[in-house]
Amino acid sequence: MAFSIIKPGLLDTIQDLGRNGFGNWGISPGGAMDIYAAQVANLLVGNDKHEAVIEIHFPGPQILFEQNTLIAITGADFSPTLVDEVIPRWQPIVVRKNTVLHFPSLVQGGRCYLSVHGGYCVKKWLNSYSTHLKAGAGGWCGQPLKKGDELPFNENTIYFAGLLKEESNYEVLPWRVNTDKTYRYPHEIGFIPGHEWALLPEASKEIFLQNNFLIHPSSDRMGYHLKGAPIKVEQPVELVSAAVNFGTVQLLPNGQLIVLMADHQTTGGYPRLAHVVTAHLPKLAQLRPSDCIQFKQMDIGMAEQLLVAREKELHILQRSCLDHLNELVC
Amino acid sequence: MGFSTSYSIFPLGDSAITIDLGNCIEEQLNRRALAVHDWLQAHRFPGFLDIIVSYSSVTIYYDPTVVRYSKLNHSSGVYYGLEGLLIQAWDATDGMTAPVAEGQETPGPEGHFFRIPVCYQGEYAPDLEWVATEKGLTTEEVIGLHTSVIYRVYMVGFLPGFPYMGRTDPRLEIGRKKQPVSVVAGGVGIAGIQTGIYSLASPGGWQIIGRTPMPLFNLQEDPPIRVQAGDSVQFYPVSKREFGDLKLISPDVPDSKPFK
Repeated sequence: MAFSIIKPGLLDTIQDLGRNGFGNWGISPGGAMDIYAAQVANLLVGNDKHEAVIEIHFPGPQILFEQNTLIAITGADFSPTLVDEVIPRWQPIVVRKNTVLHFPSLVQGGRCYLSVHGGYCVKKWLNSYSTHLKAGAGGWCGQPLKKGDELPFNENTIYFAGLLKEESNYEVLPWRVNTDKTYRYPHEIGFIPGHEWALLPEASKEIFLQNNFLIHPSSDRMGYHLKGAPIKVEQPVELVSAAVNFGTVQLLPNGQLIVLMADHQTTGGYPRLAHVVTAHLPKLAQLRPSDCIQFKQMDIGMAEQLLVAREKELHILQRSCLDHLNELVC
Repeated sequence: MGFSTSYSIFPLGDSAITIDLGNCIEEQLNRRALAVHDWLQAHRFPGFLDIIVSYSSVTIYYDPTVVRYSKLNHSSGVYYGLEGLLIQAWDATDGMTAPVAEGQETPGPEGHFFRIPVCYQGEYAPDLEWVATEKGLTTEEVIGLHTSVIYRVYMVGFLPGFPYMGRTDPRLEIGRKKQPVSVVAGGVGIAGIQTGIYSLASPGGWQIIGRTPMPLFNLQEDPPIRVQAGDSVQFYPVSKREFGDLKLISPDVPDSKPFK
């Protein structure tokens, strides 16, 4: 079973929750930019959270469904449209075979996720489905999806055609997830001070805490370049290369900041002023060039609690979706 | 510099923690970091995701929502439990690395030694002449200094398979470029007292003084990288023709010989 790419988007790649365990080889985890949306996309269709998803940027692709398929679209709103009707996001949907999905307009957000019930049939590279574009490995042979690609997925275990109404191209299944908590205050990005935060004079710390920083158009999956008032350290410092992380905020020699994102390098030598709290990375991933962010200092205990609360929410969601799907089958 | 006698521990956010032995490129420090790294590898815990060793620090990546169910949990946050684990690693590796005589960068018993061919000619060495002029040397002298040292591989980072090696002869110490330029895969660079090899084509700021036909990252092999932290490397010069010959039998083709 497969669906085919009639027209590729700007950057559509297969991702999962990342490739852990190979940092000493210089291979960073990669994975979905918005791991909340990626996980929920899977849970909504009854998949394990580690299944592959397609991460879609705007402009998005045109996809032809060759069978009746159960999918979910989460993350950014690119106005997902089946034939000529906009379909809901954050809900599981059965789509009729021979219909075309496309994304005609950018309403909000940075990237969306398309999951399929049963998961995509793609080989793992180093234990993960994520695409490592630089290495040319993982995902869809290390490449973005292109025209003519046929993306296989596993056999449906549920008879979906029975759920479709005669006159309709799709059927929305009646459960959804409340995403308010995850994306609330979208421009407020919590951080934990980095090791080199202490090198900043008070005036620079004030700039970091009080200013809005603009996401520059050159931003991508490797990092968000921020534009704002320049930040200076007291003394210029030469650091030997050391490990960094998704969400590390580095200070560049020109006084500007870069936030490392999913495809960050494993190590770097620029001062690490701050680290975005992991629970806020999904909302950061949904900001776009010319959006602003404001940093808000948090303590590590609070940051951990946010993750624990999120994990509980996802666990409940998973149980609930599986129960709903089982009811449909019976 | 003698033994490392101190360390600092700090978070890299809420999902990673670092123990840092000092901001310098120094074999002692790196050996101790490797010992700490090895100890932590042998003491993994639920929620452990990855561990990276760099010049003088070790970083663990973890999932706090899983670590909290282990005995590393702590009332103020799992970070504090992990801090305790890193202190344990430090104590457990006390005296585990023997002092090394000044200037002797030799492979440890745990490392492999690699002789790596490099062509230092023409378009393979775009910055060689500039480096020579800057340092008041001839290009032959630069090549001589670069190939005379057995380098320690301190870490792999930046790109899959990119080895950070040192220390270069002090007469070669040179700064990075102000702006990165495109570097071809195999580019051999120097910066500061480091030398490295661009395993993949990439933007890069190091001064490129040669190119190697030996792949540092090869998807056809398992594992795809060979040169790792703790290994040793010495370069030797080859001609353009030899470069071409070696490239033909490079491990991109399944049944060719490894370079050793």
